Amino acid sequence: MLQPVPEVKSSRRPQGGASSVVFDVQGLTRVYQAGGVAVHALRGVDLKLRDGEFVVLLGASGSGKSTLLNILGGLDTASSGKVLYRPTAPRHQATASQQPVIYDLTQATERELTDYRRHHVGFVFQFYNLIPSLTARENIAVVTEIAWQPMRPEEALALVNLTDRQNHFPAQLSGGEQQRVAIARAVAKNPAVLLCDEPTGALDSKTGIVVLEALLRANQLLGTTTVVITHNVTIAQIADRVIHLVDGKISQVSVNETRCSPAELHW
Amino acid sequence: MVQALDKKLMRELWQMRAQVLAIGLVIVGGVGVFIMSLTTLDSLYTTQENYYREHHFAEIFAPLKRAPAALLEQIKRLPGVDKVEDRVVAYVNLDIDGYTDPVSGHLLSLPATGKSLLNQLYLRAGSGIDSSRDDQVLVSEEFALAHRLNPGDTLGATINGRRKQLQIAGLVLSPEFIYQIAPGAMFPDYERYGVLWMARQPLAAAYGMTGAFNDVSLTLTRDANLQDLIDQIDVLLKPYGGRGSYGRKDQLSNRFLTEELNQQRTIATIFPLIFFGVAAFLLNVVISRLISLQGEQIAALKAFGYSDLAVAGHYSKLALAITILGIIAGIGVGVWMAYGLSHIYMEFYSLPFMIFRLQPAVVVAAIGVSVSVTLIGTLYAVNKAASLPPAEAMRPEPPALYRKTLVEKLGLERWFNSSTRMILRHLERNLLKAALTTLGISLACGIMMLGGFQRGAIDHMVWVQFQLSQRENLQALFTDPTSAKSLHSLASLEGVEYVEGFRVVPVELRFEHHRYRTVVQGIEPRSDLLRLLDTELMPIKLPTSGIVLTDYLASLLKIRPGEQLELEILEGNRPIFKVPLMSTAKQYVGVSGYMQLDALNQLLREAPTISGALLKVDEGKQWEVYAHLKQMPRIAGVVEQQSAVAAFYATLAETVLFFTFVTSLLGGSIAFGVVYNSMRIALSERHRDLASLRVLGYQVSEVAYILLGELLLLVLLAVPLGLWIGYGLCAFLAHQFSTDLYRIPLVLEPSVYAFAAAVVLASAALSSLVIWRHLRHLNLVSVLKTRE
Repeated sequence: MLQPVPEVKSSRRPQGGASSVVFDVQGLTRVYQAGGVAVHALRGVDLKLRDGEFVVLLGASGSGKSTLLNILGGLDTASSGKVLYRPTAPRHQATASQQPVIYDLTQATERELTDYRRHHVGFVFQFYNLIPSLTARENIAVVTEIAWQPMRPEEALALVNLTDRQNHFPAQLSGGEQQRVAIARAVAKNPAVLLCDEPTGALDSKTGIVVLEALLRANQLLGTTTVVITHNVTIAQIADRVIHLVDGKISQVSVNETRCSPAELHW
Repeated sequence: MVQALDKKLMRELWQMRAQVLAIGLVIVGGVGVFIMSLTTLDSLYTTQENYYREHHFAEIFAPLKRAPAALLEQIKRLPGVDKVEDRVVAYVNLDIDGYTDPVSGHLLSLPATGKSLLNQLYLRAGSGIDSSRDDQVLVSEEFALAHRLNPGDTLGATINGRRKQLQIAGLVLSPEFIYQIAPGAMFPDYERYGVLWMARQPLAAAYGMTGAFNDVSLTLTRDANLQDLIDQIDVLLKPYGGRGSYGRKDQLSNRFLTEELNQQRTIATIFPLIFFGVAAFLLNVVISRLISLQGEQIAALKAFGYSDLAVAGHYSKLALAITILGIIAGIGVGVWMAYGLSHIYMEFYSLPFMIFRLQPAVVVAAIGVSVSVTLIGTLYAVNKAASLPPAEAMRPEPPALYRKTLVEKLGLERWFNSSTRMILRHLERNLLKAALTTLGISLACGIMMLGGFQRGAIDHMVWVQFQLSQRENLQALFTDPTSAKSLHSLASLEGVEYVEGFRVVPVELRFEHHRYRTVVQGIEPRSDLLRLLDTELMPIKLPTSGIVLTDYLASLLKIRPGEQLELEILEGNRPIFKVPLMSTAKQYVGVSGYMQLDALNQLLREAPTISGALLKVDEGKQWEVYAHLKQMPRIAGVVEQQSAVAAFYATLAETVLFFTFVTSLLGGSIAFGVVYNSMRIALSERHRDLASLRVLGYQVSEVAYILLGELLLLVLLAVPLGLWIGYGLCAFLAHQFSTDLYRIPLVLEPSVYAFAAAVVLASAALSSLVIWRHLRHLNLVSVLKTRE
C-alpha cells in the first residue's frame, strides 16, 4: 500500500543489536482527587520500554492507560514512584547537545517537562489536534521551528505520503489525512519516543489501517520507540509487545512472536 | 420554583462573572451618563424655570442714559407689556477692609417698598433694607462669601466720585445674576466683582437721577411679540440715550446658563450612544461564543421538546440578565453623578436652590434603550441558536476553514513563523470582529481625551487672551466718554509705564438679513496693550479705515472681508453707517468689532474721545496706581484681569476634575470591557489550539505570544485610531460648545494623547495578566480527549 519513501535522516536509529532502555518506570502511582473522592488511576506500575520497540498498551476505559501515557509524555505528574528517561544513556551526550538533561520525569519542573515534550516526545492524539489556521506543512513547521534537530516538514509529509496535500488546511483534509499529518508532525522532530493515544479511535477501520501503516513505517524507518494505547484488541497484533492494564496495574505482558501487518487486520 | 433552565442561566452567569462584570461596567457607563446628563439637565432647567417664575425675572431689559419717570407710563401703555419697573444702575468701585486688589461692582436701586416688582431678590441672610436709610445695602451672596462679609459688616464704595461707607443689611441672590460676571470679563470672579442693591432715593440723588431712571425691565403678556416690543421700546428710548433693549435670550447670565444646558444635551446624546454601541457589540460576541460552545446542549434541549422560542428566550434572558445588572448599577451611579454635578452647578451658578428631579421617564428611557440595545446586539446569535435543527447542532462544528492571508499572498510569507501566521490568519478570518474590537478600544481611547482636552483648551484660551492679546495690567472705565486729553493725567501717575485710550460704543451690526448687537471698540492703530491676532496668532495691524470683526462674529453674520457691513450706533441719534469689513481677528472670548480710535471718533463726529484706558503698570506699584485711580471722580471702575484668571482656575478646578474623573472612569471601563472580553473569547475559541501547542512543547510565553500578540496588534492599531477619534470628538465638542460668549480652542497637549494611550495600554496589560494566568493553567490532558 505504501510507496517507496526518500531517505530520511535520523539521529536515533537503533544502533546495533542490544537496544537500550528508553523508559524505566518503577512503582508508579497516580491518585486524583475528583469531587472529594480519591481516584487511584495507577496503583504501582513497573515497566521498561526499549529503543525502537512498538508497544501497544491495552486496557478498558478507566484502566489507567491514558494516565500512564500522559506521565510518560510529561503531561501529568506522578503521585509516587519513578519514571527514568534514558537511564542508561551517557549524560555527557545530552550536555554536549546543549539540551536540558532530564533523567527522572517525576522530579522535573514544569519548564523542564515542556522542554522534554519539545525535544524528545512526539504525540499523536485521537482527535488529531491540528491547528486549523495552518496548512498541513505549517502544522509540521509548528514543531520543527522549535525542535532541536528536526527533519524538514516536507520529509515528514513524504513519510506519510501526503506531499501533494501539503498546502491544504485541516478543514480541507479527511480524518485519515489529518491523522497522518499529525503523525508526520509527531515524528518530524526526530523524537526518542512516539506516544499515540487512540490514534484510530475517531476513524473507520479502513482509514485506521492506513494510519497504523504510517505509524509502523515511521517506527521502522526512524527506529522511534512507539507506544500506542487502544482498547481495540485487534490492533495489538501489530506490536512487538502488548501490555495489558487493568485497574491501574499491569495484568499481563505478552510478546508477539509473529507480528501482523496492519493490512491483515479487520475490525 | 426556579426552572431548571433558569438555574443553568444563573450558574453560567456566575461562571463567566468576570466577563459579565466587564460588559456590565460598559452598560453602567452608558446608563450612568444618560441618567446623569438628562437628570442634571432636567434639574437645572426646572430650577431655572421655578426661580425665574417665582422671582419675576424680566423678559426685556433696556439700559439707557437718563429718562424722566413719566416715560414709564408710555412704556406701560405699549401693547403686550405686562409689568414694568424702572431703576437706577451704577457701576462703582468698592473697598473691602484688608483687601488690596481692585474691586468693582454694580449698584442697583430698590424701590421704596424695599421689594422690587421684577427681578426679585432671594434673601439668604440678614434682612431687607430700611429704604429711609442711605447707607444700607444688600450684597450678592457669592461676593459676601468671597470676602467673609456678614450682615452688619461695612464696605466702602466710590459713588459718583464720592466715597461712602455702606452697611450690609442682608445677603441675597438674584435671577439676573445667576452667572455673575463683570462687564468685559471672561470668567466670574466673586472677589473682584460684586452686585449690590440700595435704596433708590440716595442712589438716584448721587447720580442726578432723582425723578428719572437709567434702566428699565419688563415682562410681557401672553400674546405679546417680543421683537415688536423690543423695537418699540428702542424707538421710545432713543431720545433718552437708549442703548438697545434685549430679551432674556441675550441677557448675559441667562445666556451662560442656557449654553450650559445645551452642552449637557450634547453630552446626553453622544456619550450614551458610544457606550450602548460598545455594549451591544460585546454582548453579541459573548453570547455568540456561548451559543457555539453550547451547540450540543441546545440540540439536547430541542430533542427534549423545548421550542425554538424557549431556546431563544433562554439566551436572550442571559443577555438581559447582564444588562439588568448594568442598569441597576447604572441608575445608582447616574443618580449619584447627577446629584454631584447638580450641586457643582448650584455652586458654580448662584442658584438659591436646586430642584433635583429624577424623572421616572428618564429612568424608563434608560431601561428601554439598554434593553433594546441588548436585544439588537444578541438577536443574530440568539436567532441562530433557535433555528439550528437539533441533529445539526448535535454534530461538532467542522474545523474552521482558513486561508492564506493577503500579506502572505504578497510574498511576505517567509518573514512570518507559524505563530505569527496563526495570528494573521485568525485576524483575517474574523476581520469584522477584529475591526469592531479595534473600534471599541479606539472609542475608549477617544473618550479619555475629552477630560484632558478641556483643561488644555482653557489654558490655551487664557494664554491667548492674556499673554498675546490683552496685555494691560489695569483697565480703567470712565463714567462717560471723555476727552482723550485725560490720558495725560493717567500717564502722569507714578508707576504707570504706558497708557492707551479706547472708545467703546454699543452697535447693531447688519449684513444681509443677519444682525448682531455688540460693541465696536476704537483702539490705537499700533496698540501694544490690545493686540488683534490672525489665525496664526500673529498680531495684525488695524487698517486706517473700515472695521475688523472677531472671526466668529463674521461667521455669524456670514460676511467676508471686502463686503460692506451696516453699522447702527445704539447711542445718541443712532446713526447708521456702511463700513467695509477689512479682516477678521482670532478671539476665543466674546465678539466685537474693532476700528482705529481716530476713525471711530470721526465716524461719530466727535472730538478725540475715549471711554476708558488700558494701563501698563510697574508690577510693584500696581496697588498704588489703583488707589489713585479710585480717587478719580470720572473713573467708574477699574478691572484687573490677571488675578481674575487665577480666581477662575480655583473655581474651575473642581468641575474639570469631576469631568476628567468621570471620562477616565468611563473610558477605562470601555477599554477594559472590550479588551478583556475579546481576550476571553479568543482564549475560548483557541483554547484547544493553544493547549495542543503546549503539549507539543511550546512554553507558556510562546503560546501567550499567539493570543497576546493578536491583542497587541489590535491595540497598536486602536491607539492611533483612538487618538484620531479623540481629536474628532474634541473637535465636535469644541464646535458644539462654541458660542458668541466663548469658543473652546481645539488645542490638545501631548499629555492628553499620552494619558489616553496610557490608560488603554494599562487596560490591555491588566487583561493580559489575567489571560496569562489562564494560559498557565490550561488543562493539557482534557483537550486531547475531546473534540472541539
